[in-house]
Amino acid sequence: MSLALSLPETDSRLAKVTARDVNVHYAEKHALKHVDLDIRSNEVTALIGPSGCGKSTFLRCVNRMNDMIENCRVTGLLTLDGDDVYDRKIDVVQLRARVGMVFQKPNPFPKSIYDNVAYGPRIHGMARDQGELDEIVMTSLERAGLLAEVKDRLLEAGTGLSGGQQQRLCIARAIAVAPEVILMDEPCSALDPIATAKVEELIDELRENFTIVIVTHSMQQAARVSQRTAFFHLGELVEVGDTEQIFTNPQHPLTQGYITGRFG
Amino acid sequence: MQLLILTVVLLTLATLGYRLGRGRALASTGGNPRLLHSLPSYHGYYVAMWCGLPALLLVAAWLALEPSVVRMLVMSGLPADVQTLPEERLALLFNEVRLVASFGKAPSTPAVGVAAEQYLSLRQLSFAAMAVVSLVAAVLGLTAAQRWIQADLRARNRVEKVVSVFLVGCSTVAIFTTVGIVLSLLFESIRFFNAVPITEFLFGLHWSPQIAMRSDQVGSSGAFGAVPLFAGTLLISFIAMMVAVPLGLLSAIYMAEYANPKFRAIVKPLLEVLAGIPTVVYGFFAALTVAPFFRDLGISLGLSVASESALAAGVVMGIMIIPFVSSLSDDVITAVPQSLREGSFGLGATRSETIRQVIVPAALPGIVGGVLLAVSRAIGETMIVVMAAGLAANLTANPLEAVTTVTTQIVTLLVGDQEFDSPKTLAAFALGLVLFCVTLVLNVVALHIVNKYREKYD
Amino acid sequence: MTEMVEKSVARTATDTAAARLKRRYAAERRFKAYGIVAIALALGFLATLLITVFSNGATAFVQTEMRLDVTFDASEMGLGDDRSPDALAGANYLAVVKNAIYARFPEVEGRSARRELAAMLSNGADITLRDLVQDDPSVIGTTRPVWMIASDDVDMAIKGHIPRTPGTDGARLSDQQLGWLEALEQSGAVELKFNTLLFTTGDSREPELAGLWGAIVGSFFSLSITLMVCFPLGVATAVYLEEFAPKNRWTDLIEVNINNLAAVPSVVFGLLGLAIFLNFFGMPRSAPLVGGLVLALISLPTIIIAGRAALKAVPPSIREAAMGLGASRLQVVTDHVLPLAMPGILTGTILGMAHALGETAPLLMIGMVAFIVDIPGSPFDPAAVLPVQVYLWADSPERAFVERTSAAIIVLLFFLAAMNLAAILLRKKFERRW
Repeated sequence: MSLALSLPETDSRLAKVTARDVNVHYAEKHALKHVDLDIRSNEVTALIGPSGCGKSTFLRCVNRMNDMIENCRVTGLLTLDGDDVYDRKIDVVQLRARVGMVFQKPNPFPKSIYDNVAYGPRIHGMARDQGELDEIVMTSLERAGLLAEVKDRLLEAGTGLSGGQQQRLCIARAIAVAPEVILMDEPCSALDPIATAKVEELIDELRENFTIVIVTHSMQQAARVSQRTAFFHLGELVEVGDTEQIFTNPQHPLTQGYITGRFG
Repeated sequence: MQLLILTVVLLTLATLGYRLGRGRALASTGGNPRLLHSLPSYHGYYVAMWCGLPALLLVAAWLALEPSVVRMLVMSGLPADVQTLPEERLALLFNEVRLVASFGKAPSTPAVGVAAEQYLSLRQLSFAAMAVVSLVAAVLGLTAAQRWIQADLRARNRVEKVVSVFLVGCSTVAIFTTVGIVLSLLFESIRFFNAVPITEFLFGLHWSPQIAMRSDQVGSSGAFGAVPLFAGTLLISFIAMMVAVPLGLLSAIYMAEYANPKFRAIVKPLLEVLAGIPTVVYGFFAALTVAPFFRDLGISLGLSVASESALAAGVVMGIMIIPFVSSLSDDVITAVPQSLREGSFGLGATRSETIRQVIVPAALPGIVGGVLLAVSRAIGETMIVVMAAGLAANLTANPLEAVTTVTTQIVTLLVGDQEFDSPKTLAAFALGLVLFCVTLVLNVVALHIVNKYREKYD
Repeated sequence: MTEMVEKSVARTATDTAAARLKRRYAAERRFKAYGIVAIALALGFLATLLITVFSNGATAFVQTEMRLDVTFDASEMGLGDDRSPDALAGANYLAVVKNAIYARFPEVEGRSARRELAAMLSNGADITLRDLVQDDPSVIGTTRPVWMIASDDVDMAIKGHIPRTPGTDGARLSDQQLGWLEALEQSGAVELKFNTLLFTTGDSREPELAGLWGAIVGSFFSLSITLMVCFPLGVATAVYLEEFAPKNRWTDLIEVNINNLAAVPSVVFGLLGLAIFLNFFGMPRSAPLVGGLVLALISLPTIIIAGRAALKAVPPSIREAAMGLGASRLQVVTDHVLPLAMPGILTGTILGMAHALGETAPLLMIGMVAFIVDIPGSPFDPAAVLPVQVYLWADSPERAFVERTSAAIIVLLFFLAAMNLAAILLRKKFERRW
């Protein structure tokens, strides 16, 4: 049973990821309840809601990062381009190459900037030779808006960058694998306002080529970067719709309460 | 035995002091403990301390000084012609006197017999004097302290002061131990280097410490070039690390990254058992099972393997070190933040790719530190090599031959040898000094690396 | 960028990509297998070691004995009519033993043959008779069957450790002896009985007479000294460093010292013991007193480190609560922190003691390798300890000593296992989550 008032879109042409009656249990805890949601191509979808509402859990279902957590059980149907993500035939490694992820805290590997970005292409064998690899690394850094800042020190450790630069490095690392969807789990929560602005700008540019799902606890951020917004509460998807509509004319009283800051 | 009785008597007096002090403190306020500055028991401790401490310290000091005083007195009582003997002979003579006096051995000369009797009577006199003096001190302390007791005596503060002095004293034992090690090694080594030049010891290629019993025998000099020992130690340690590092590291990785909790709970303690088995058992196992196994294997392959090959000792030592490497690596690997693993999985890396390309490089400093600690342990390991490695100082890099090690030689040089001043026994201290320095440097470097690593991820 | 997306789509579709994925998964499986193999190898070594020791040593807990009809002839024993304890203790039981076995095989003639015959019994067989007579002097003048210890070679042959086919390599018994043994066995006069000597006697040159009791007592004395020295010292140091010490250079120095001492090879401590305790202070060689002191210095860092960890685990809130009630710092420690930390400290101490029990090398330096038959009566008497006994027996050439050595190791491991078990139980019982 879903509380969603505006029914999810069923336009399969636009839906990149669809969720139908997705449930997640952590041992005894029912963390995500009967979620139906469509995520459209080349759009930024923001998942908002109070802490512990299941938005991160949903995000981690899409590229099956929840597999790593013991006692975690996912039921329902979750598809990427019509393929069941939880189908046995689906290969997790390949799935994650198609669905990239950026984490809450910047987590560059303790390697050089170059190797950080080259890591994904290398493991997936995306480059036939060094020249091609160089090209992928440069393009990715360029797309992440980081190239200008780091091009003279590509061989220095990625951990030596500032927080905002580290997070953009992580984004560059994710797009180097050429994913179709990028999942972002509160990517700016550890950053200062200036770095946040840069990352938000970047997200907006990336929309052109990628489908982006972003979890954020900041409503302003959701309003700034996303085209569609989904509001979660206590493991249920309460309402989903165009961002403008959610923020100006929320249908559900819970959404209204959250948006106007009455709880959360 | 007498000493035990004296100690018990002193302790009983101190207990008595405790009860007296407590009672007197209570009595001084008419049985109302609230008027006291400190609890009655602190007054008790205060008196007990005054009673027991000076007396026990006196006994300790007496015992420390007694042997040399007694020796001096006994020696001065010996006939004049004996007193002119060289120092070592005198030491032997005094030893005999002690044996005669304590165990009733038959004296070799009448002079010794007389001296032994004198020794015995002196010891008895000394003990009687000590008992009297310490008892007097105890009683004096007891009565004096009891008089000082009154309601506003800061007994607790005084007692705590003494306890804190005791605590500080205890904590310095570690420093005294180190100083003792350094001084004893250094002192004996310097005496050794007076007989054998340090350059010959450190760079000489020939080791044969057998020295003739009499100085007029031919070939009495012996050779003290320790390079073959260093080489042998390095060879065996190297073999040990070849076994321990891959096995330990791979087991640690499997335990930390793949194994489910149930598997871990069973296998981890089992691996730790390897570290709990005494080294002498490994030595026996190496000599009885592993060395013959390698020799037979060598024969079937047409190789000649020495029955005390470096290979056997090294492999068994490696087994012993596996849990050391694996538990240190396990700690280090689990300290790698989860976010790095997620970052790698999120890019579609498999588990082994994540481990090899992200986790191990991230954990590398810690692993290196752990391996260095393991090397230091291998270099200092004694029983396995004493029992399974050879005594012949071969300068070779062939693991199938027998080599000897620093620790083996230390044991061989000292076991069963009563004579303390020959270069042969002193050489053991010089080797010990080298061993101490090398392991110390390894440990300091390793701990530094590991601590740096910990700070990084804490 | 769109180009890259296309490429990725193309990539998943092509066969080369599939092959690549297959290779990656093969590498994954291989890597996982390496880990399992490593663990299996390590545990395999452990199993081999234990199986070797137990299969070699299990039989040492029984001992071959032979039943012979012994005639306690007073004149043969050189006793006459004297039955005083001194006379009974000094009587010639060896002659009685020899006569008993000669009587069993009357057909054996000639000196060398008879010597071979007598060699089937242990050199200590007469001790059995002496004990028997001392217990009950009335047996003198009677003939009765007595079980006596067989020689080590017979023992080994009966237990199957050396071959019994005559003439084969390693057969230590002659054809004749094997024949007699067969005859004795057929008449039911050879039996394996529980080896009480192993747990009642000290060392001996004869494997069948060698026992562990001396070493067990020696180990007990050494460990008692170790415990008495290093428990108070270790706890006091841990308390000082954890609860009282100001953070300054001096305490830093102490800490660095402790950490380094924990890693100094134990043989160096042996050198320290030799130079300081034996040569400087003139303490007795081979005595558990010195051994205990050296072991105490070795275990001290372990106990300090364990003690500090246990003290650290007591939450600061307890200290604050006690302080808030006006307790002095010492009272906080003695009344609250130390009792709460005690299980942890004790666990660490037991583990430290277990380690000290297995320590061998430093004890060799201070002369604890002497051949000592007597059971030590005090920590000042010369003694061996269990691991040193293992070392000494491992060096002996007789096949029977391999069995004894393994038995000594089993006993040693038994004590270690018991101590570790005690530590585990203690930890389980007092485990506390704050």
